[in-house]
Amino acid sequence: MQSTVVRIEHLVKRFGDVQALDDCNAEVLQGEIFGFIGPDGAGKTTLFRILTTLLTPDEGRAEVLGLDVVDDYRRIRPQLGYMPGRFSLYHDLSVEENLTFFAGIFDADVQQNYELIRDLYEQLAPFKDRRAGKLSGGMKQKLALCCALIHKPQLLVLDEPTTGVDAVSRREFWDMLGRLREHGISIVVSTPYMDEARRCDRIALIQDGRILSTDSPQALSRSYRRPLLSVRVKQSFAALRALREFKHAHSVYSFGDALHYSDARTTLTGKDISELRDYLSGRSIEVEELHPIEPTIEDSFMELSTERNDG
Amino acid sequence: MAENAKVITADKLTKRFGAFTAVDAISFEVGAGEIFGFLGANGAGKTTAMRMLTGLLKPTSGRAGVAGYDVFTQSENIKRRIGYMSQRFSLYEDLTVYENVRFYGAVYGLRSETLRAKIKAVLEELDLTHARNTLLAELPLGWKQRLAFSTALIHDPAIVFLDEPTGGVDPITRRQFWEMIYEQAERGTTIFVTTHYMDEAEYCDRVSIMVDGRIAALDTPRGLKQTFQAETMDDVFVRLVRGPKSSVEAGG
Repeated sequence: MQSTVVRIEHLVKRFGDVQALDDCNAEVLQGEIFGFIGPDGAGKTTLFRILTTLLTPDEGRAEVLGLDVVDDYRRIRPQLGYMPGRFSLYHDLSVEENLTFFAGIFDADVQQNYELIRDLYEQLAPFKDRRAGKLSGGMKQKLALCCALIHKPQLLVLDEPTTGVDAVSRREFWDMLGRLREHGISIVVSTPYMDEARRCDRIALIQDGRILSTDSPQALSRSYRRPLLSVRVKQSFAALRALREFKHAHSVYSFGDALHYSDARTTLTGKDISELRDYLSGRSIEVEELHPIEPTIEDSFMELSTERNDG
Repeated sequence: MAENAKVITADKLTKRFGAFTAVDAISFEVGAGEIFGFLGANGAGKTTAMRMLTGLLKPTSGRAGVAGYDVFTQSENIKRRIGYMSQRFSLYEDLTVYENVRFYGAVYGLRSETLRAKIKAVLEELDLTHARNTLLAELPLGWKQRLAFSTALIHDPAIVFLDEPTGGVDPITRRQFWEMIYEQAERGTTIFVTTHYMDEAEYCDRVSIMVDGRIAALDTPRGLKQTFQAETMDDVFVRLVRGPKSSVEAGG
């Protein structure tokens, strides 16, 4: 049995009239990468600030590493590594000085824990005398992760570490998280990028302060119940409009070079698919491909978030 | 896209900062009404290139024309003929919806009757007339984003530059935003857009990918995928940007 490293129960937080968190429940297990996936304003940062003991909840409770975030905050802090969404290292200290400083405040030894940050720090080493404020975005992110790791925390809390980061650096960052998990560090991470969900062991989809669903990425994709087709055409925008007007359409969204069409009926026969193809041809839209597909996390997220808004 | 009318032409456009070449002799053209995706890794030179094309930064060498004006000598004319929307919405949180639109209209040089009519049209089109006196801070993110787009277009510019317009936005709003982009392009406005979402690269008519200050590839998304024998634009991007050098990092 894996032990629980984070447990939140009926968590509520308001800022004036704004309900930032609305009855949130979740559990993160020892050694897993757990992702909170949702757009800006969903409540991810508020939740992370409660977990890192920087903010107290209005209602409900949260436990981190078996300790209460309100009563035991002093015992939680030394065991946490936190990377806030905004770059919060000292701009006017060098790379090396920042690392030594963070090791110092946690009473940690850089040499002793170097193994954990070796991969990252070797890329930073050529710039160790450069001021942190003068680093590129990708380098800042690597330094921030080093500083969050230098005291060998039990739990790493990363608030949107990949926002504004290019696709290549994002992949490398997730590779790095996978290696940290092998060191036994549990990781809680948030992201607005739906494609990063599949790099997590389990995810919670969050929007408007509410957790829509929690599961493994695979199970969440499978929870999507409607028939889903991928449609590839030359004139995507025209096809998007036409498909929305089709009498059985449930939703139509663009997905890269294809459209995802979901049908309001419970199942689709070959005849139904032919009918759809004919419908598009009738509107002078040349269909290149049209076939059933497995839903992605993004399909599930959009379905869950519209269900909630309609309900 | 109209083949004849070119609204952006760059010829060996270069910017150096001291010994560092941020933008290294890039050449490309963008046609009227085209949706042009401008991609690249962090630090590849996208922002510098965009600052030159929007008249905010003088190039070191090369040539470029934007909306018929020269970036070296006519940057003020360029600014009047383009719209710009950044990833951090440039609207004022402590002004109302109406005040924001009026402010941008006035900044872009619209006056009296024209300005009034334009404000009315923008609010009606976005269905925000009822919220005209709402503080921007109280609007949902998706509305802010649509409003920012419309204010960037209030003076009917020839080109609109969108700098990561959809960062952090929920997946449905992100798609609705792209539908606005399509509609605007259909009206003939040229769209010059940067993004880190590789699925959005697929929505562009053509895409350029910058690597180390140069344009490493430029084609339709379909063409790029064929050239690089890749399934998705994400794979194209990774292959170009990561290059042969970093197989070590890729091994993780």
